[in-house]
Amino acid sequence: MDFITKLLAATIAMGTSLTYATLGEIYTEKTGILNLGMEGTMLMGALAGFATAMATANLYLALIVAMLIGGLLSTIHAFLCVTMRANQVVSGLAITMFGTGLANFLGQRLGPASNNYNLVGMNLPSKFDNIAIPFLKDIPILGAFFDVSVLTYALYFIIPFSWYYMYKTKYGLAIRAVGESPKTATAMGLSVPRLRYLYTIIGGMFAGLGGACLSLSFTPSWNDGMTGGKGWIVIALVIFATWNPGKAVIGTLVFGGITSLQFSLQAAGVKMVIPTQFLAFAPYLITFFTLSAMTILNQNRKGSYAAPSALGTSFAIDDK
Amino acid sequence: MRIVVEKRDNKSKSAAVLIPLASFAISLILGAFVLLASRSNPLQAYSAMLDGAFGNARRFQYTIVESIPLLMCGLGVGVAFRLKFWNIGAEGQYVWGAIGITWVMQFWKFLPVPMLLPIGLVVGMTLGAVWAGVPGFLKAQWSVDETLTTLMLNYVAIGLAEYLYISAWKAPLGNMGTPEFPREAWLPPVWGKIHSGLYIALAFVVLLWFLLYKTRWGFELNMIGKNPRAARYQGVSIKRNIVLAMLLSGAICGLAGSMNTAAIAHRLTKGVDGGYGFTGIIIAWMAGLNPFASILVAIVMAALTTGADALQIAMKLPESMGEVLQGLVLIPLLAGSIFVEHKLKVIKKEAV
Amino acid sequence: MNQQTQQIPVVRMEHITKHFPGVLANDNVSLELYPGQVLALLGENGAGKSTLMNMLVGLYRPDSGSIYIRGELADIHSPQDSMALGVGMIHQEFMLVGNMTVAENIVLGMRDLPFVPKIDEIRARITELSKRYGLQVDPDAVIHDLSVGEQQRVEILKLVYRGADILILDEPTAVLTPGESRDLNKIIKKMLSEGKSAIFITHKMDEVIEFSHKVQVLRKGKTVNTCDTAGVTPQDLANMMVGRDILFSLDRCAYNPGGVKLKVDHVTVDNPIGSRPFLDDVSLEIHRGEIIGIAGVAGNGQTQLTEAITGLLHCTSGKIFIDGKDMTNSTPLQVIRAGVSHIPADRGANGVVGDMSVGDNLAMKKYRTSEISRGAVIKRSFLRAFADKLIEAFVIKTPDQDTCVKFLSGGNIQKTILAREIDSCGGVLIAVYPSRGLDVGATEAVRQNLILQRDKGNAVLLVSEELDELQMVADKIAVMFEGRIMGIRDVKETNTEELGMMMAGATGVRRNA
Repeated sequence: MDFITKLLAATIAMGTSLTYATLGEIYTEKTGILNLGMEGTMLMGALAGFATAMATANLYLALIVAMLIGGLLSTIHAFLCVTMRANQVVSGLAITMFGTGLANFLGQRLGPASNNYNLVGMNLPSKFDNIAIPFLKDIPILGAFFDVSVLTYALYFIIPFSWYYMYKTKYGLAIRAVGESPKTATAMGLSVPRLRYLYTIIGGMFAGLGGACLSLSFTPSWNDGMTGGKGWIVIALVIFATWNPGKAVIGTLVFGGITSLQFSLQAAGVKMVIPTQFLAFAPYLITFFTLSAMTILNQNRKGSYAAPSALGTSFAIDDK
Repeated sequence: MRIVVEKRDNKSKSAAVLIPLASFAISLILGAFVLLASRSNPLQAYSAMLDGAFGNARRFQYTIVESIPLLMCGLGVGVAFRLKFWNIGAEGQYVWGAIGITWVMQFWKFLPVPMLLPIGLVVGMTLGAVWAGVPGFLKAQWSVDETLTTLMLNYVAIGLAEYLYISAWKAPLGNMGTPEFPREAWLPPVWGKIHSGLYIALAFVVLLWFLLYKTRWGFELNMIGKNPRAARYQGVSIKRNIVLAMLLSGAICGLAGSMNTAAIAHRLTKGVDGGYGFTGIIIAWMAGLNPFASILVAIVMAALTTGADALQIAMKLPESMGEVLQGLVLIPLLAGSIFVEHKLKVIKKEAV
Repeated sequence: MNQQTQQIPVVRMEHITKHFPGVLANDNVSLELYPGQVLALLGENGAGKSTLMNMLVGLYRPDSGSIYIRGELADIHSPQDSMALGVGMIHQEFMLVGNMTVAENIVLGMRDLPFVPKIDEIRARITELSKRYGLQVDPDAVIHDLSVGEQQRVEILKLVYRGADILILDEPTAVLTPGESRDLNKIIKKMLSEGKSAIFITHKMDEVIEFSHKVQVLRKGKTVNTCDTAGVTPQDLANMMVGRDILFSLDRCAYNPGGVKLKVDHVTVDNPIGSRPFLDDVSLEIHRGEIIGIAGVAGNGQTQLTEAITGLLHCTSGKIFIDGKDMTNSTPLQVIRAGVSHIPADRGANGVVGDMSVGDNLAMKKYRTSEISRGAVIKRSFLRAFADKLIEAFVIKTPDQDTCVKFLSGGNIQKTILAREIDSCGGVLIAVYPSRGLDVGATEAVRQNLILQRDKGNAVLLVSEELDELQMVADKIAVMFEGRIMGIRDVKETNTEELGMMMAGATGVRRNA
């Protein structure tokens, strides 16, 4: 049982990072913008957070900077996709390329002189430690949810709020309309460009925050490319959650669990029947099958499982 | 006074040429800012890159060698893009090409040695084709979104390859990597470091140009890409063509992987996912799906990479600078792409 | 309504001018609307009616001119501005979000909505308003489950909920059955009695006569005439709209049909969503040298019938024969090879590939043949010669054959399609709403071509919304309603009254305003 609790703890820790980014991307995609720049944005967030924490020893400032940097990168994406109506797939890939390159680059320039300006191998003065809630933390298995960092505790409020915001408030209504039918939204007086900018930038801020969770809490360090493809998993998780913020956590737990399983088993020295690499790519394979199955089974009805109709398309008022 | 974006009433040919040039210039300027911010002299850096990419015969050869898999992936992705099909899985198809040729080189001992290379290339192509054909079929038959399926399959392929070169097919000596391919089965060189993969790549440029611009099939692909509904009304089979195009697309990317593995690494090992697939997507887009333009674009992107290597040596800058510049090249290009079909209009007076 | 308020127009548009690239949409147009009144804005497609109204609701801005609402100068920048002034528009294409509920659509974008909208209050108000005006609708129903008529009611509710008392309706009866049109009339009348007013945008003369008090006729962006509806006849209106006497009959050979070319035999096409099938036991025969017209309000299975014949839609049961050969559920290519030409509805979406050249589009039927290809290779020289020939024969106005077809005018796009389909016609020509959106000259050209093909001995199937077009062109008319053929009549042996009744399911009688 201790193993399962440990596994759950590791899952939650990694899942925190994924969940922030996933929530952000859900909001972005719900307005119709596909942001494949997640990987680069998360990495830049991780770097920005780490570098700030190294320089100022202020963890909360580090989070803010990470969010600002993430938002900045996504602003570029929003500008290209909304104002310049560029191809959203290529724009996202460009941001990822740029963000990944820039993060790795700066990671070797923003460190202390003593380490040749390199941030790799440096240790943080402090990190987000776990805070345990007495009594609750002793519950078998589920106690793991109450022995987590403040970043995760924040999620316990943010996730339900995100769901509420999307489905019960007038702003969520506007978001859903924009992503489904930009023409109608415009006729009803909503500004499609403004909303797309807003939620793409917010999505980027959350991605930056998710990246910072990695470098400031999960594996408190900086390494080249330390997000290791998590940004791509986020894209998968958004689909898995059927673009519903309330469901985002299911995917992150499942995928985080599989990935953590891989490491935990290795650490426990258990002889693997399934090779570790299979566990590594299992999340992607599962998403592939889930997405295919969901689409195949949902052929005729545009149920609540469908992607926002306007996802990936550009919109302009003069288009006839 | 307002500035408004307005649709043109015909395609601007001059914009199609000027915009990429202007964008490239802007990206050089943006890159200069990044360099300045990290205490480096941009002019010095750019000339070091230029020198590193083309400075002498050997460097020039390296750049060309680097451009070959980029060109192939760009061509492969371009075939799919013609149908507005986002084959983001080029990376995975490339990896399967590498796996395929390794499989033949390592295990098909029943073949005479001179046959290993050609058979290996064919097997690599086939595996790449299948890896693209599956998402293609899912899209054709059930409208499963191809951006996401192809993306996911990348990581499955990469993970599988890792499994192979770390455990299942690993050579007895050393940390990782499969045994080296037999020397006689390596891709023969053409000039210095440049290998005969160059001929194959150029052959494919011509082949694809012919296929896409001159044949009935190319005409149909064009129709499907630009208006699938109207194509269907004209009797064109959308489903069959999506699958065929994806098979071809994957085959070319797979061939890129096989070729490069046979020419450079001579084994399956870490680093097989070198980003050629992803960059291929960018190249296809930048080249506007024109096979001949892809050659130029591939060389430019390759030059950015080899030039960046030189930066590291010459100016102690991290090689990730190359990636930064590649990303930076794209951003102004993306911003400028709107001007091919739109123009700016200044509205002087507001009506009351 | 007291006399004083009747003096002040509730809407006054003065000297409105609007340019678009290459076209002067509105040229010094002025308009007045009084309370409790319905004004019909009549004109052909492209006359400038929708543009004018779009400026009233803030979707466009006039280049010059002013708008006064209830006597005060209005500065309308957006739909929200116009809504705040009480002006709302129901577009031809409904502005509804398919996967949201009626209630959500109605309150979408309202400025004074609280952060968390009170759903119960909204529901109650919707129910109250629907009762008051006879707009039966369930606030929790999802839009894409509703019928077109119900969706229109949601659109009306949307305006009323937000306090609109100046309603603009763009071609409102285009999607309604005669029964639903009458209901709409009742709803409008109830609103008028409360002091609301309305503007109808239309190109149908009978709509003008039935619904309006005053009519303003636009032609090529200018006002031609404004008068009381009571004092005009359809002929007067037609002349004003078009500027000359409309051709009410066309030259044709005597009706001398040959053998049966196309036979539709008890075809049923199920609808995967919803209970009513697209086609319900439909049988039809078309002879050589004959034009069969399909009448009916759009959405009653007409398009599905043509798609079933051309292999684009799967038949659940029944058979289709061409020249006696069973072609049921063949592929589109097989049907094309059997000699069937198809001029589809929605020409931009289905008939041409907008981003390809005029020449390429002309070649799309015959590119597989030796006229254009040698084996698998397309010979460009053949294609160019072929395209030049067709451009000349059909007088297609284009700078050259390399221009992208999307840059052509609607009439020339239709000519491109006509040219392609008629040139390759091997016995059967199917035309679906071919004169939609075309000016009178282009429309005449289309009709002449259809008759020409019929005189040559081809079998022609014409689907049209305009009864007068069918009466002018067809030899026989079949009326479709809810996927069934209500009846087939010789054009000389029937009249508008009988056809209209069948279009409505053979119930009810048309009432005058």
